[in-house]
Amino acid sequence: MQNMKHIFGIFADYLSQYFKTRLAYRADFLGDLASNLISELINLVFIIVVFQHVPLMGEWTRDEIIFIYGFFLVPYALFSIFFGFWDFNERYIIRGEMDRILTRPVHNLAQVCLESIAPDRIFGVISGLIIMAYAAIQLDLSFYWYDPIIFIVLSISGALIYGGVYTAISAISFFSDSRTGITPMIYNIQQYGRYPVDVYNKVIRFVLTYVLPFAFVGVYPAAYFLRKETWYTYAAMTPVMAVIFFGIGILVWNVGVSKYRGAGS
Amino acid sequence: MRKLYMELIRMRFLTMLAYRVNYYSGIIIYAINIGAYYFLWGAIYGGQQQLGGLSVEQMTSYVAIAWMSRAFYFNNIDMEIAQDVREGKVAIEMIRPYNYLSVKTAQAFGEGIFRFLFFAGPGIFLISLIIPFSFPATAQGWGLYLISLMFAFLINTQVNLLTGLFTFFLFRNDGMMRAKRVIVDLMSGLVLPISFFPGWAQTVMGFLPFQAINYYPSLIFTGAITSGRAWELIGFQLIWMFIIFVPILILWRLARNRLVVQGG
Repeated sequence: MQNMKHIFGIFADYLSQYFKTRLAYRADFLGDLASNLISELINLVFIIVVFQHVPLMGEWTRDEIIFIYGFFLVPYALFSIFFGFWDFNERYIIRGEMDRILTRPVHNLAQVCLESIAPDRIFGVISGLIIMAYAAIQLDLSFYWYDPIIFIVLSISGALIYGGVYTAISAISFFSDSRTGITPMIYNIQQYGRYPVDVYNKVIRFVLTYVLPFAFVGVYPAAYFLRKETWYTYAAMTPVMAVIFFGIGILVWNVGVSKYRGAGS
Repeated sequence: MRKLYMELIRMRFLTMLAYRVNYYSGIIIYAINIGAYYFLWGAIYGGQQQLGGLSVEQMTSYVAIAWMSRAFYFNNIDMEIAQDVREGKVAIEMIRPYNYLSVKTAQAFGEGIFRFLFFAGPGIFLISLIIPFSFPATAQGWGLYLISLMFAFLINTQVNLLTGLFTFFLFRNDGMMRAKRVIVDLMSGLVLPISFFPGWAQTVMGFLPFQAINYYPSLIFTGAITSGRAWELIGFQLIWMFIIFVPILILWRLARNRLVVQGG
């Protein structure tokens, strides 16, 4: 517990450092916000254009798909804040920064997360909430008093699932000779969790549920709020999956660190 | 000079070849992407015969071809330029006896050839076993596609050079590069054929260069247009290439005069 408190203390320090560096490049800061917004809108364009031609995708209406997308943005934003080490391999392995990390007093993964923290991604949560609100009004959804609590739990779970998968994949850098790594792959696959998994065939559905469980970051938890009772079991499994996958992520990471031999610089 | 660029292309090709993990993950990425879109479109079509002027079979072929074309034209040289600028490497590049932008283009070309041969080739072969898929029937059809693809590569590389050059003025523009990537994917017709968009959007996109990056070569590949029309599209690509060349030259001039090396 003492350890956790320590990490949070350091977290606050890094946060203030972060804002100092970010505000040194003000144009970039605004540019980043704008470009994240553009990326989010473009994904909406796909949904809107497709539904101009068809009334349903599988069993799902346009507004339901939009709601799922809005939900997805929230855990994804939380994940981006804390696990922004997209260039882990380049920065830490190839240039030997990892050697420096290992000399630090906090846990090495926490240290890496702290160094690449990106609080401005919190805006993703806001866009997610706006998109969900629009869809909820269109769909005339009603909520119970405890739904916000469930929402927070499911969002954090989703972010942890991403974090776990992502940490495990970054840890591959400790084992392999690959240079750019597998990040683009994840970047590509993650989006498929945003669509109802019942449209895919069994293999892809299985992968998105149990192997790279991105469906737990999008369609499964969102199904609870859309009152799709068929998926309640999966929605309830989200926190369990989060614990399992984040655990696996840390495990793979720790094994990787023990295998790490330094960059020889 | 030509020998130098040939060597650069070869080097990048071999560098790509050296990392096995990337190679395997690349094939998986292409298979998963094409596969996932296949099912997604299947669900979208449901029972409908035609959407946006395409049948479901034409749609799946279109998706596969679009990804295959992307394998060739896609590159990250804007990110590489940004990194060179941030690390101050670009100062060294500037005093070397070659043109920095041409070097980057040559490297991108080496990468493109690699992806085309090793990702798109096997990927398309696998897909053609599963879904009905028609290749161009004539040598002329292939020729037209490859010419058009070559221009697609050049135009996309120019767009990347342009966003990369902005790093000289903004120091950090990762956000801009990310946004560019999603815009190009959408507007070039990779995720949605252009014919799906509402009329006004199609008109607007007709005045933008992005269609020349994917939609034109993919259209030529399907053989859905006459060879006369294909040449016309290639002509458009040529015009776009010259148009985008102008801001690149201007920015490059300016960049060299106001280079601020951050450390390095």
